[in-house]
Amino acid sequence: MHQEYTVIEGDFTNAGTASSSVKKTLKQLGVAPQIVKRVVVALYEAEVNAIAHAYGGKVLVDIEADKIHMVVADKGPGIPDIAQAMQEGYSTARPEVRDMGFGAGMGLPNMQKNVDVLNVTSEVGVGTTVEMIVNFV
Amino acid sequence: MTLREIVEKLNATVYLGQSRLDEDVTTAFASDLMSDVLTLKDTPMLITGLCNVQTIRTCDMATLDIVVFVRNKKPTPDMVELAEDNDMVLIATSYSMFKTCGLLFDAGIQPLY
Ligand SMILES: Nc1ncnc2c1ncn2[C@@H]1O[C@H](COP(=O)(O)OP(=O)(O)OP(=O)(O)O)[C@@H](O)[C@H]1O
Ligand SMILES: [Mg+2]
Repeated sequence: MHQEYTVIEGDFTNAGTASSSVKKTLKQLGVAPQIVKRVVVALYEAEVNAIAHAYGGKVLVDIEADKIHMVVADKGPGIPDIAQAMQEGYSTARPEVRDMGFGAGMGLPNMQKNVDVLNVTSEVGVGTTVEMIVNFV
Repeated sequence: MTLREIVEKLNATVYLGQSRLDEDVTTAFASDLMSDVLTLKDTPMLITGLCNVQTIRTCDMATLDIVVFVRNKKPTPDMVELAEDNDMVLIATSYSMFKTCGLLFDAGIQPLY
């Protein structure tokens, strides 16, 4: 099953649209609640990042019998040093982002903890792509 | 402690979830930081001063479904609507975060960590 969502630039109220919808779909498919939580927490973190640190983008979701494959691809400033960005506590979040309850530098490490495969690729001045896979069993 | 007892202790207003007030609450987590809420493995009651749609979304993703807003923060109609979809309980108190946590801790609500 393939799903696509658009993440709109600067639209914080929209953050979570893709994750909410994926949550409903996985529940309907009878995926175990602990696995659903790992999937949607990771996807939500990636969605928030695409709004908080970039200019929006696309979410592509493929659900198979035994796993979910998610890609969040944004247009944005990119990440100059991915290893640094992956460190807990590292954040360049703007004050508006902090006002929304984000910007603690915990998102990427939290994605890492929740998914089975995480690939972050980024080109400075172009954008960032976060690919995640969670196995259902 | 039941939600009803919590509402009384905090002199709080129930914005959503009247029908769930007899449910028992054993653990709570207090934070304004949604990043932190997203790292929880358990599903405690959330005590927070952050009152916006993102609070509700975050709870949805983290499968938390009871929220206490402190210090006169009142959930807006769009927050209540979103929370309704997820069958959540939203209550609000005028007490500060410190006072709210102190009263509930004293009454036996357990921390996660
Ligand atoms: N999509 C992105 N585009 C550009 N920079 C990003 C992107 N995602 C993350 N970053 C950079 O990596 C840093 C760390 O990201 P991470 O998600 O771990 O923390 P945060 O978003 O700053 O805070 P939190 O996730 O705790 O709310 C960000 O502050 C930002 O500098
Ligand atoms: Mg983040």
